[in-house]
Formats: sequence, structure tokens, C-alpha cells
Amino acid sequence: MARNESLPLASEQDIVLARQAIRKAALQLGFSIVDQTKIVTAASELVRNAVVYGGGGTLKWETVAQNGKQGLRLTISDQGRGIEDLTLAMKDGWTTGTGLGMGLPGAKRLVNEFKIVSERGVGTTVIVTRWK
Amino acid sequence: MTNAQSRTHTIVKKYGNEMLAGWMNELSGSLRTDRRISQSELSAQTREFLALLETASSSDGIQNLEGAQWTPLRDFLDSISRSRAEQGFSSDETAMFIFSFKKPLFERLRKDFGDNPQLLAEETWNATELLDKLGLHTIKSFQRAREAVINRQQEELLELSTPVVKLWEGILALPMIGTLDSARTQVVMESLLQRIVETGSETAIIDITGVPTVDTLTAQHLLKTVTAIRMMGADCIISGIRPQIAQTIVHLGIDLQGITTKATLADALALALKRMGFAVSRTKG
Amino acid sequence: MERIPILGMGRFLLVTIQIEMDDGVALRLQEDLTARIEKTGARGVLIDISALEMVDSFIGRMIGNISAMSHILNARTVLIGMQPAVAITLVELGLTLTGVKTALNVERGMALLAASDEDGEDASGQE
Repeated sequence: MARNESLPLASEQDIVLARQAIRKAALQLGFSIVDQTKIVTAASELVRNAVVYGGGGTLKWETVAQNGKQGLRLTISDQGRGIEDLTLAMKDGWTTGTGLGMGLPGAKRLVNEFKIVSERGVGTTVIVTRWK
Repeated sequence: MTNAQSRTHTIVKKYGNEMLAGWMNELSGSLRTDRRISQSELSAQTREFLALLETASSSDGIQNLEGAQWTPLRDFLDSISRSRAEQGFSSDETAMFIFSFKKPLFERLRKDFGDNPQLLAEETWNATELLDKLGLHTIKSFQRAREAVINRQQEELLELSTPVVKLWEGILALPMIGTLDSARTQVVMESLLQRIVETGSETAIIDITGVPTVDTLTAQHLLKTVTAIRMMGADCIISGIRPQIAQTIVHLGIDLQGITTKATLADALALALKRMGFAVSRTKG
Repeated sequence: MERIPILGMGRFLLVTIQIEMDDGVALRLQEDLTARIEKTGARGVLIDISALEMVDSFIGRMIGNISAMSHILNARTVLIGMQPAVAITLVELGLTLTGVKTALNVERGMALLAASDEDGEDASGQE
């Protein structure tokens, strides 16, 4: 059972490692294949943001419990430029969806809880949770 | 409060066997005609409970049942609750396992502290509190186990009631019956997608003749499923849309986005065959 | 240096993605594929993603790029073998692969390519 684990995010290889780690954690928690795929995909998007736009950062994941149900919580943080306009970044601009931009609205749809904090010049932290 | 702990511990340690007999007496009374559990099994369970209680009460923290020293006892009660739940016992029958221990325990306390009313009252109170907490824990655990049983049964029922059938080479049908809730729809849809991949079927027909009503969430799930099927490279036809559902769809403002719909499963099958280049002809009569 | 293999199948090319995709791999694939299309005059490309357990916006973008490049070189692209969990997730993600046709497997994929080849027309994207 994954408790508190973390992974530094610096290069593209780390995105692959992150995916594998989250896949393993979700599998251990007994998520269905579809739910596993959803959380791993969300992780991939967010971790890529941290590496590509955030100049690197950290991925942390932990098992959480609430009201008798279990979940997987991911925290992706970077010390990059920060997002200028959060509202814009969270706006679902594209139905043609070639994935331009940071994929935040998409990632949000794949999880049950989504929280983002970003400050210009300081960095960005995204916390997402997927319940079983 | 340390004195209370060591007293409970002492009493259980010293008079365990005697209380066991009294306890079994109580239990046998209520479970007399019950064949779901045997005397020897019951006896073994009471014995283990006392042994675990003795160990747990030997250290501090009798007030807090969440403490580490109570874990073995709690786990034991969890496993008893689970087995009772699966055997079909009720929650009070299960709780009686703990509560029927009160009588022999209080009798023992009376014998030991009978000449000291203050102490007797205190000890009786501690004992009641402890057993009540354990009893409540057992009931909670029982309810969880019961829910798990019900969920499992629902899943099994689900699999039975929404099978994916092959209508023709390359054509699968999913006749849905009954009301569709979110969870059910998701599970069913996932299995349909899986079967499409497994069989390499070009067309899937989702028939909702047997579905009385559809709410926004279910309609969205249906739409998402159809989109997913097309994304994989297969085609999907929805058939059996009743007039009421057609109205609901329009009222809810749901856009069917070019999804083919047919009134009946038969029409959908005819269309699917046509699309695949088949023609049906009569050879006799 | 990891490279994704490209197999020749008659008039078509088959690309089977089995390794983890990163920028480097994606770029090399684009280079290799465009060169191969030019060299062989292939009219169609099958991209097999049956081994992919996840497709995110990056991979989606990459597939879109390959499709666009091939199209310019007069070859059609068909994506085959998408796993159910991936399809469901893509729908949820809101990622529609416009400009890319899909098929369940190699056989259907080739049939699709052959059909569009005969038509000689622009294959419009399937949602």
C-alpha cells in the first residue's frame, strides 16, 4: 500500500517514471483498469507541465481515506514562473482538443478533486485525488 | 484510571474459564436453535475473545479503543462480524455475542467487590463502557461487511441482467433492462467496450427498450460510451428509445451529436447488416 | 537510441508503438516515417497503439502531427487497437483525434485504407 512517496521531476524520463509509479500505486489500491488509466493520464499531464513549463519539480503521492472509501492523492509542485491567468488556463478552450496548452481542464475531468495554487514567480502546486 | 485497567485484566485472567461457562450459557440460550454456527465454533470464539481481552487490558489506554494494543481484538471482532454478515445473521444477533458477556462479568464483579459498593459501581461502569464500545465496534464492522455482501450481490446481478450478445458476425448487442444508475451504466459500458475489442465487432447496438427513464447523468454516460466506441474504430447504434425518453432527451437539451438511433432492435440490426454489405433474401416460399 | 520500427505491408506502412514515448522518440518517428513514405510511395499508414495503456495530450498531439505530415505526403493514417480504458479516458479528457481515422485491428485498418485509397478522396476525421 503506497503511503507517502515522492519522485523528483527534472527530465522527460521522469515523466515515464512518474507514470509507472502512479500506475503501480493505483494498481495496489485496487482501482479498476479504467480508473487506473484516468489517474495515470492525469498524472502524465500534470507532471509534464511541471517538467516542461515549471522547470522541474516534485511529484508526491499518498493513499487517503474518507468516509470508509480509499483514494489516491497526487501533489505535483514546481518552482517555475507560475501561471499568469489561472482562469484562462482552466478554461476549456478546445473541443478539437489537439492538446495545446497545459491540459489542466482535461486533467481536472479525470479526477474527483482538483486543487491548484499558482503564484507568479513562485511556482505552481496541483493536488488531485481519485477515489475508489 | 490505571487501577481500572489492571483490575479488568486481573479479573479476566483469574476468572476467565468460569466466566466462559456463564457466557456460553447465555449465548447457547439465544442461539439454541440456530444451526448456522456450532457450539464448538462459538466456544472457540468466546475463548479467543477472552484471551485477546486479557492481553489488551494488560497495558494502559483502556479508554481509547483505537490504540495499538486493541488492534488484535478489534481485528478479531471484524472477522467475526464478517462471517456473521455472510452467514445472514442480523446486526443484533451479532452484537449479542459481546453483550451477553455482561451477565457473567457483572456476576463476577459482584462476588469480588460486593462489600464495597463504591468500587463495585466503578468497576461495573468501566466494564459496561468497555463492552459497549466493543459492541458498537462490532455493529459498525457488521454493517460494513453487510454492505460489501450487498454490493457483491448487486454486481453479480448486474452481470446477469446485462449480457453482451452476438447478433451476427461483427455485430454485438447490449440489451439494457431496468433503470440505469451511474455506477451500473459505467460497469456495463466498460464490459461492452471490452467485448468489442475481443470480438473485433464493427457494430454495437445498445438497446434501451427495457429502460423506463433516463436522467441527465445516464444520458451523458451513454453518449460518452458511444463516443468511446467510435474512437476505438467501431460503430454504435442506439435502439429502443421510447417516446418518453425521446422527450426527456430533448427537454434536457442533450445533443445526440450525430449518433444513429433506431426505434427497434430489429431496425438497428437491419441497418448494421446493410452497412456491412449484407442483404437478406428469402430462399423458400 | 530507441526507435519505433516501421514495417512495410504492401502499399501501406505499419508503425507499432510499444515503447514509452518522449520527445526524442516522437521526433525520430516523424523523421523516419516521412522519409519512408517518400521512399516507398506508401499510400497509407497504420499506427498500432494496442500496447499503449495510456494516451495523454502529448501522445495525442504526436499522433495528430504524424497524421498531418503523412497527409501532406499523400498518405492516409489509421489508428488501430485502441484499448477500451484509453478510449474512455480520452473521451473524458476531451481529446478528440480529428483528422485521424480509427479501426479495431490491422485487418479493418487496411480495409479502411484501401477504401479511401480507391475513393482517392480526402478522408475526413472520425470522432
